[in-house]
Amino acid sequence: MEFKAFVFYFLAVTLIYAAARVVTLRNPIHAALHLVLAFFGASGIWMLLGAEFPAIALVLIYVGSVMVLFLFVVMMLDIGADRWREEFRKNVPSVLCVASLMLIEMGCALWLSFSGNTEAALPPTGAGYSNVKMIGRLLFTQYAYPFELASVILLAGIVAAVALTLRSRRATKSADPSEQISVKASERIRLVGEIPEQRNENTAWKGN
Amino acid sequence: MIALGKLHEFGHGVFGAFWPSVFIVVSTLIKIACIVAPLMLSVAYLTLLERKTIGGMQARLGPNRVGPFGLAQPLADGLKLLFKEIVIPSGADKAVFLAAPIFSIAPALAAWAVIPFDEGIVLADVNAALLYLMAVTSIGVYGVILAGWSSNSRYAFLGGMRSAAQLISYEIAMGLALIVVLMVSNSLSLGEIVKSQARGVFAQAGFSVFSWNWLSLFPVFVVYMVSIVAETNRAPFDMAEGESEIIGFHLEYSGLAFALFYMAEYASMILCATLAAILFLGGWLSPFSCFPNGFHWLFAKVFVILVFFFWIRATFPRYRYDQVMRLGWKVFIPVVLVWMAVVAAWMMSPLSVWK
Repeated sequence: MEFKAFVFYFLAVTLIYAAARVVTLRNPIHAALHLVLAFFGASGIWMLLGAEFPAIALVLIYVGSVMVLFLFVVMMLDIGADRWREEFRKNVPSVLCVASLMLIEMGCALWLSFSGNTEAALPPTGAGYSNVKMIGRLLFTQYAYPFELASVILLAGIVAAVALTLRSRRATKSADPSEQISVKASERIRLVGEIPEQRNENTAWKGN
Repeated sequence: MIALGKLHEFGHGVFGAFWPSVFIVVSTLIKIACIVAPLMLSVAYLTLLERKTIGGMQARLGPNRVGPFGLAQPLADGLKLLFKEIVIPSGADKAVFLAAPIFSIAPALAAWAVIPFDEGIVLADVNAALLYLMAVTSIGVYGVILAGWSSNSRYAFLGGMRSAAQLISYEIAMGLALIVVLMVSNSLSLGEIVKSQARGVFAQAGFSVFSWNWLSLFPVFVVYMVSIVAETNRAPFDMAEGESEIIGFHLEYSGLAFALFYMAEYASMILCATLAAILFLGGWLSPFSCFPNGFHWLFAKVFVILVFFFWIRATFPRYRYDQVMRLGWKVFIPVVLVWMAVVAAWMMSPLSVWK
């Protein structure tokens, strides 16, 4: 067996195992960690296909930020595992329907567009070939408008999320660091009453 | 060359058709050991260097009892931590508790795969090296957040949340700084980034030092240098440790598990210093063309940046948490975003210095 094939099967088995554990584990944190493992498996398979940009982007975006936020939320919410379990049992039939439908659709799409395509059929890539450069070039030429549209939608999402959650709470006594650092020396201390006498030079500590 | 040929002959005899795979795996493992072993030794002696440097700045001697000039101190520290019991708190999530230090140290080691030490001397010369680095270093936050959660302690949990938020915030500023660098060097490969710094008006005049990115991208360089201090949880941004408060994500750890977090901190310090040297200070390039280039220049630059880390630790007061977050979000991110637009316009203008 070729080394590449060995790596592929290792990654594939890890990916399937991790994905299965995501839905079967009781503890939501453990499930989230298995989802991270599943992302690593998928990223590895992409890397094996020579698509280094999607592979690294998957780790960078999903593992590096999305899953961290997931963990934040799951840790803070403290979801009761039992209630979760109950809902899982209740929803199994509908979930199975949706999942099988998705599987069939994806299978059809993959089969129709990629059947018969083997690695040998791919166009040869030169030594200076860079996946990142190619994707970047396509994004800013052929797909410029869809790309811009997607970024505008994302921006709208960010603004909406901030607008929905930002409330000015006047009751809190938090200090504003921007105000604090612009403070002047004259504002720092106000002496009330008489200024005490200067200390004697001899008793003042002068270092050595 | 002859020895290598003999080795291949021998390998084919023993492993047959599997030999190429076996050769790749074994040779890569040997290369990894050649990077990780000196790195771990540097991590150990970096602690000594830090204590000596800060001691000197505070008019103390620093460690001087174990061995000549205290040179055996890191070994003694390591041995002590090795023999300490690893206490697992009751109610802790044992598997996650033990996995968290690994999550912390693994990225700090894995990132070295793409670091070039000299022209062509690199374990894996991937052309998306900078992206790889950003992806790998972003995993380090799992160590913090999982350690805080799995300890089953509110203090550790609060500390974990706090420093995870800090790490994520400064990662954005760092990532944007890296984007500016890759814009001007027109490549994601670290080797190419170093080579692009050898071009320019000053480099032709023999003063390569002024052609490096630190001068043309000075605001970004400043942001990057401060961000790596925050990113490695070092004073004055040491929210993770919080010696004066009792909360910190590794509060419940002891023995070698605790040592792993410290090793991760120092390993990522060396990593960030090396990255700063490669991205902004010309990597292995010599500052003046009368000296030859070489890996010793990289090491010298890394050393200077590490001493800079110690220097600010010894001289700056600690930041308060809300000030740390303000600096990251309200100062650094806008500064880099504006400078990115400035650099983009500059590159397209006839005054561009990166042609």
